[in-house]
Amino acid sequence: MNEWLLALPFFILLLAIPLALWMRQQGLTTAQMGWLLALFPLASLVMMGYAVLSAQGQPVAVSIPWAPAFDISFSLYLDGLSSLFALLILGIGALIVIYAGGYLGSDPNIGRFYAWLFLFMFAMLGVVLADNLLMLFIFWELTSLSSFLLIGYYHHEAGSRSAALQALLVTGGGGLAMLAGVVLLGQIGGTFEASALLVQGKALQHHPLFVPVLALILLGAFTKSAQFPFHFWLPNAMAAPTPVSAYLHSATMVKAGVYLLARLNPILGGHPIWLYAVGGVGAATMLVASVLAYSQTDLKRLLAYSTVAALGTLTLLIGLGSPLALKAAATFLLAHALYKGALFLVAGAVDHETGTRHVPRLGGLLRAMPLTATAAGLAALSMAGLPPLFGFIAKELVYESGLEAGPIWMAVALFMGLSTVFVAGMTGVAPFWAKPSEKLPHSPHEAPSTMWSGPLLLASVGLLTGLLPAGAAERIIGPAASSMAGQTIPVKLVLWHGITPAFLLSVVTVVVGTLLFAYRTSLRLTLQRLSWPWGPAYLYERSLDGLNALARFQTRLLQSGALRYYLLTIVLSVVVTVGWVLLRSGVPWVLPLSVNDVLFYEAALAVLILGATLAAILSPFRLGAIAALGVVGAGIALIYLMFGAPDLAITQFAIEALTVILFVLAFYHLPRFKNLSSPSVRRSDAVVALLTGSLMTLLVLVAVDVEISPVVSRFFAENALTKAYGRNVVNVILVDFRSLDTLGEITVLGVAGIGVYALLKFRKGRTKAESAAPSLARRSAQPAQAASAAPALTPSVPLPTDDPAEASKGGEAS
Amino acid sequence: MEVVLAIVVGGLYAAGIYMLLRRSLVKLLIGLAFLSHAANLLIFTAARLNRAAPPVIAPGEQALTAPYADPLPQALILTAIVISFGVTAFALALAYRTYRSVGSDDLDEMKGTEG
Repeated sequence: MNEWLLALPFFILLLAIPLALWMRQQGLTTAQMGWLLALFPLASLVMMGYAVLSAQGQPVAVSIPWAPAFDISFSLYLDGLSSLFALLILGIGALIVIYAGGYLGSDPNIGRFYAWLFLFMFAMLGVVLADNLLMLFIFWELTSLSSFLLIGYYHHEAGSRSAALQALLVTGGGGLAMLAGVVLLGQIGGTFEASALLVQGKALQHHPLFVPVLALILLGAFTKSAQFPFHFWLPNAMAAPTPVSAYLHSATMVKAGVYLLARLNPILGGHPIWLYAVGGVGAATMLVASVLAYSQTDLKRLLAYSTVAALGTLTLLIGLGSPLALKAAATFLLAHALYKGALFLVAGAVDHETGTRHVPRLGGLLRAMPLTATAAGLAALSMAGLPPLFGFIAKELVYESGLEAGPIWMAVALFMGLSTVFVAGMTGVAPFWAKPSEKLPHSPHEAPSTMWSGPLLLASVGLLTGLLPAGAAERIIGPAASSMAGQTIPVKLVLWHGITPAFLLSVVTVVVGTLLFAYRTSLRLTLQRLSWPWGPAYLYERSLDGLNALARFQTRLLQSGALRYYLLTIVLSVVVTVGWVLLRSGVPWVLPLSVNDVLFYEAALAVLILGATLAAILSPFRLGAIAALGVVGAGIALIYLMFGAPDLAITQFAIEALTVILFVLAFYHLPRFKNLSSPSVRRSDAVVALLTGSLMTLLVLVAVDVEISPVVSRFFAENALTKAYGRNVVNVILVDFRSLDTLGEITVLGVAGIGVYALLKFRKGRTKAESAAPSLARRSAQPAQAASAAPALTPSVPLPTDDPAEASKGGEAS
Repeated sequence: MEVVLAIVVGGLYAAGIYMLLRRSLVKLLIGLAFLSHAANLLIFTAARLNRAAPPVIAPGEQALTAPYADPLPQALILTAIVISFGVTAFALALAYRTYRSVGSDDLDEMKGTEG
């Protein structure tokens, strides 16, 4: 029962994709679509919630074999950590779906938008529910892909397109590193099931490949969660519609990296490198994002930088890894999702109603948008970490973890706390309470109910969990922290701790942060003067340019479009590689080169063939070359005859005669021989050709020396008469033992015949092409025209006509 | 004798490659024919030469009696000869059609034309 309550909510999200497209065609309004489609994530949430509650603290799991040979099964696993993420994905997801109905009110492409959004929701739920790490990777990349589509939703804008590409390249590239890490991890641990790996615990850390595994997986997690130095893609991703920014780039997708770290913490955590790599990168991200946030003026970019800083905080807490830090991480994760989601939606509503997101221009919206302002105020207070909101509890825990870890970590946390207060003021307070500076693009009024309900609900939940944290602590945060730690961590949250060092630091944070907010204009101008152009984003641009230049260079080099260069490349590669191996093996120096057994007429025949070959090459006349070619074929037929292969000789004679006739017929319609290449080109081609020929000679000699197993030939020799009732063994092989091959051969000939017929008969394309390239034809078609007996079609077209009767003659001949 | 035939195979390959590298479509076709001859003779020689009787079971016998020429490479080459004929015929028709459409048999001139 529980298994189905786990799998079903997962797959019903997929149903919403075609439904969204269909609803659009039925002419539903966007708001109606939003309300209806929100039922999908809500239903999923209810089912999963029931599954979690009825499992009573035990993980729920379901596993279906998918590709057993590769140890890939479709296995879902729902424990405390996945439950927390699933709650965010589905709960906030439902609100986003409703909100988007209002936000994209008049958009004709809304069906496509919802389709992508549900694709993302499905993929993201897959990431947090997947037990098999390879399956996790597939969903992981699917989130990158749907994020690409959603960031580039306004695809007519170049900025959206490049931001989408940037996000895809950074997160997708990191995902590939993660795949390598996961495959290695699976090799070391002997399984790809996370639940089975978790049982092995830290035993894997003694493996020599552990450090590469760790580095690769961290690369995947850091790119996805926008950790320094990969943080730059996230602010640029704000080109997406605001519901997408709120959902993917704040609440869910960017936390996938954090999820992976938390999920694998029981296996990878505690290693000396872990603390410095994960904790260090998290701290660096917090510092960089905090500094960059102060110079922003755009509502969404402000929120984006503070999201990067929050992701850094989560990474740092997981890097520290103590029970207290993990408890803080789970709490902060939930609190951040609540207030940041609300503030993003508020930013979208403000943008929607006023036409700008530029904070210095905004002000005085309290009167026009009271409901939005209430949501913004509650969320901002939670973000700034003021009681009695949930953000206060979370921040106290973060500070306590910092105090526990040491003064440097504490300083980083405090630094990040200041910028958080600043951003809370900029996004939740300034647009509503500041004095309006100038006239806004639209005269503001309250947003539609679809757009204020979501943020107000999120902000109210933040207030409620702040006042009554016990339920959330016991049901959500405790289990999540326990899954992260790999052991049970009892969590009891209370709003008021008394006057502790963490509380005093909180007071300092709020006071200094408020001061920074009050002097925001001069702060911004000072920081903008210190701007630093050579960041990782610059590096990304340059490497992308370099990649494109390299691609252009090698395409020009390799794809010349001229047949001879392709051939030269192939031939010379073969000569160099095979020749090198042959010479290095030393085999050619010890070959038995005996010519004692050569009979006189055999030698004469060889000389004749080689002479005819030379004649065919050098002949200035077409007929001479064809005749020489015929001599070569006949000579080869004689060789077959001498060495016990009369069937081959007969076939070769017959085919050679036909080939010569065919050549003569075709060459009759083709121009005469011309020496088009310069003498130097011909000389170098001759060198290449002779090198190839020498290599083939060597290969034959080496091959003759190799012992061949006679098993197959002996089988045919012994069974031709007894089993297939034929005395000519070659014929028996062709028509009996390998008769299917012969059938295939007949088919090939049939296809070739049809092809020849079509080429000779096909008229329509030719006439078009002939009229399209008349100048070229006029320049070089003269000899052919002279050779053709057919009259010209019209005097103005200097091409020989293609008489159908003549063409069919060629067809019959072939 | 293998040494002599190995040299013949090398000569045929050299001729084939040289003709394939020409700019003229007509010469390219001759190169193609040389290449099939070369490949057939390569298989034939590499599988050991045998001046002995052809692989035909003598009357009154139930199986081939040694020494006999190996029937397996012969079956392969027989197939190859016929297939290469099909290829040659198709290539000739293609060259004919190309020349009719483009009006040139110079591969360098054909570059960039749509025919």
